[in-house]
Amino acid sequence: MGFLDIDRVTKSFGGLKVLHETDISVEEGEFLVLVGPSGCGKSTLLNMIAGLEEVSSGQIVINGRSMNGVKPADRNIAMVFQSYALYPNMTVRGNISFGMEMHGIPKKEREKKIAEVAELLQISQLLDRKPGQLSGGQRQRVAMGRALTRDPDVFLFDEPLSNLDAKLRVDMRTEIKKLHQKLGTTIVYVTHDQIEALTLSTRIAVMYGGYVQQIGTPQEIYDNPANLFVAGFMGSPSMNLFPARIVSANGAPAAEISLSDGRSAVLPFAGRDGTGEEGREITLGIRPEAITEPDGADRKSRAVHVVDSRVEITEPAGSDIFVVTQMGGKDVTARFSADVPVKPGEDFQFAINMEKAVAFDPKTEARII
Amino acid sequence: MPAPTANAVTARTGEPSATGATRAGIHWPRVALYVILGLFCIYYLLPLYVMLVNSLKPLSEITAGGMMALPGEWTIAPWQSAWSTAQVGVEATGLRPYFINSLLMVVPAVAITTVIGALNGYVLTKWRFRGATLVFGLLLFGCFIPFQMVLIPMARMLGLMGIAGTVTGLVFVHMVYGIGFSTLYFRNYYAAFPDELVRAAQIDGAGFFTIFWRILLPSSGPIAVVCIIWLFTNIWNDFLFGASFSDFDSQPMTVALNNLVQSSTGVKEYNVHFAGAIMAALPTLFVYIVAGRYFVRGLMSGSVKG
Amino acid sequence: MAISDTVRHRGAADRLRDLLPKLVLSPSVALVGIFVYGFILFTLYLSFTDSRILPSFGWVGWQNYGFLFRIRAWDTALTNLVIFGTLYIVICCLLGLLLAIFLDQRIRAEGFIRTIYLYPMALSFIVTGVAWKWFLDPGIGVEAVVRGWGFESFTFDWIKDSDMAIYTIVIAAVWQTSGFVMAMFLAGLRGIDSEMLRAAEIDGASTMALYRRIVIPQLRPAFMSAFVVLAHMAIKSYDLVIALTNGGPGTATEVPATFMYSYTFTRNQMGIGASSAVIMMLTIAAIIVPYLWSELREKK
Repeated sequence: MGFLDIDRVTKSFGGLKVLHETDISVEEGEFLVLVGPSGCGKSTLLNMIAGLEEVSSGQIVINGRSMNGVKPADRNIAMVFQSYALYPNMTVRGNISFGMEMHGIPKKEREKKIAEVAELLQISQLLDRKPGQLSGGQRQRVAMGRALTRDPDVFLFDEPLSNLDAKLRVDMRTEIKKLHQKLGTTIVYVTHDQIEALTLSTRIAVMYGGYVQQIGTPQEIYDNPANLFVAGFMGSPSMNLFPARIVSANGAPAAEISLSDGRSAVLPFAGRDGTGEEGREITLGIRPEAITEPDGADRKSRAVHVVDSRVEITEPAGSDIFVVTQMGGKDVTARFSADVPVKPGEDFQFAINMEKAVAFDPKTEARII
Repeated sequence: MPAPTANAVTARTGEPSATGATRAGIHWPRVALYVILGLFCIYYLLPLYVMLVNSLKPLSEITAGGMMALPGEWTIAPWQSAWSTAQVGVEATGLRPYFINSLLMVVPAVAITTVIGALNGYVLTKWRFRGATLVFGLLLFGCFIPFQMVLIPMARMLGLMGIAGTVTGLVFVHMVYGIGFSTLYFRNYYAAFPDELVRAAQIDGAGFFTIFWRILLPSSGPIAVVCIIWLFTNIWNDFLFGASFSDFDSQPMTVALNNLVQSSTGVKEYNVHFAGAIMAALPTLFVYIVAGRYFVRGLMSGSVKG
Repeated sequence: MAISDTVRHRGAADRLRDLLPKLVLSPSVALVGIFVYGFILFTLYLSFTDSRILPSFGWVGWQNYGFLFRIRAWDTALTNLVIFGTLYIVICCLLGLLLAIFLDQRIRAEGFIRTIYLYPMALSFIVTGVAWKWFLDPGIGVEAVVRGWGFESFTFDWIKDSDMAIYTIVIAAVWQTSGFVMAMFLAGLRGIDSEMLRAAEIDGASTMALYRRIVIPQLRPAFMSAFVVLAHMAIKSYDLVIALTNGGPGTATEVPATFMYSYTFTRNQMGIGASSAVIMMLTIAAIIVPYLWSELREKK
């Protein structure tokens, strides 16, 4: 039993099942991010934790108390919305105070709490303004301030950063993380942005099509994706996925890939014994940072293989340069140091770190290696 | 209902014209355009002019064929007569008591109907339930029926309720058949009001009425004005219900004015009739001039004049 | 015991909370249910009974409808409705469209002009009726004035002429409503993408072609709304006829609304009055129901 338990929860609208049976157990103080493309069921799940939508079956337990039939205000949760949902007719002070007022907290205590929260979020000078007079970032702070007054068991965030511009989003991301470290409150955070998920969370649940595809720490999700969807969704630039075939090399399994000039290369998987699956078609997954120039290859890795391939396009990105070539008939992105003199149209050596390679069944999309 | 909101009309005045009018020199098509528009202004203003000037001249000037002329002798006697001494129906009370009846009818009817409409709109958008659209459609259809269809049973019903022939009865009738429109206005307005605010308030612990009172209502100013103006105009201008459900002492202004004008006894005092007509028109005209923008918006989103 | 009691208590309170929205809506639903739909059914029923001065419940089948369509006055009323309705809708639309297009040419003082065109809509039909009644009266109105200017043989006595009186109602009704139709079309015009118009101009479209081929076809929704609004007002029009001609001369300007009223309340033929109301109702429903249906479905 965790602090927040999502216990065999499902949700249907009419005949349409938007969330299939889901079990997630969140420990106290965890920062859980629900991430997935729109329509994956993440917001529905969050709304059910908040009590804004009823569960169709199963139950949600917070701090040992089943929440079925408990209205949102009595769940001891706080929520920050995508649009911030600040009451337009009230001042910032009124917005922060409203929830406490509804819970019958005396004025004196409210004032004290408002001052405290305003101090924490550095919005003391904004208290007498209306939401319409605030910038996006300020609104975001007020929305968090409103949530903070509650001393909630669980903080819920519904895509809180998606209305901000890119720069501010990064800043606020840091602030949210700081806040979590300072307060230690359990947080459930919904986003469609996988970078937000990786940077903020202590654990991630990747959702797609009404199912939780994988749940784990950011590192686990990134290094060991459970299936093709998770592999493709998490990480930017995204993981290279291209067709390959399993062959046997020196008694160990290896991936045979076709190169642009018609030759093929055999890349043994690291630390694997014979599988007896020779000839099986697979989708090979290698992240861009695992394909480098030979000098940039991971020195600790014991399975770096070098292949020659033609450079198609280069995309300088400051500290790195992304190099696109063809493997298995697909565009494959490699990540070189910016100082490597690589030119489009020339052949170049690519070092592939097979320790980081994964493989999927192209049909079931499940992880094989 | 349908109709583009009138915002569009008021907001964008300098829109692209198809005729590229040149800046320099006299552009004859444009002169013609202004002349035509000016003529139509005269067309729309003429009846008002006729009412006004003839309400300020002695009867003899009108019967002598001087309807279009400005008064030779200015007088406010017709106004005084229409207000307090003219024969309306059987008594020579002038229109004053009926003007008061109309006020007594219109104020509570508008107030009650607006409040009900606001609550209905709130429920229909923020607490949606299965069949909400159907319920709304059924409410709305109620405003479009020919009221001839309800006259007979309504007369009986008002009798049963003990409010036949009273101003209270008229208030009730106008309320019942105004609900559809007031609901329409608030529903369409609240539909654009963010659901997240309601959810945030729920999490903050606000209940059904608190959310309405503290969150939605403070932002409802514009639509309330639209709704109030619409109802006020419609109810003030109503004739059918007034004629059907009132007694001599509870008649609204429109009915009294009609009685004044149609009465077949004695000399036809046209100047008094015109003065009375302007009196009946003044409240709604005043609202139109003061808050025309809201009036137009109500017309457009209501699209139907009851 | 105590625990289960509080649990049950909370259950009841919660149920009340869940019901509250419907509870708030229910008085309106009940009122409209009775006073609109109940009454419609009641009147429908009366139209099949022998009700005279008071409602009576003797069933006579289709008899009232049979009588109704043999009454000359009803025949007149229907004919008048067709004449009035057609002219009213067509003239209002044409005038409204014309004025809207004229006003859409970067007119100076557009707001002021619009205000003048639209103000009649704020008036009661009774006021409009009184104004036009005396304005059109041959004794003191236009005819007398023009004769006073020296044109002794000038005649304009439509309002006293049985054949022409219905047209005076059209005149007054158009005066009252055309500004509103103008506003609807103007809003429609303003909703058209201005870049598209510029593109058409670059394509070499003349002003006429621009309006005929591009602008007016896009005003279809505005035409639809205008038609529904005007048709509905035409069928219901009662006040204006009462104030302007009171159905006269004779029964020359009788319309269904005045017919229903006089048969029900003056001539004590409630059954026939009810059946005429039903006919009106069906006509309006035929226009309004499809319209509401499409409107509400679109919004979903």
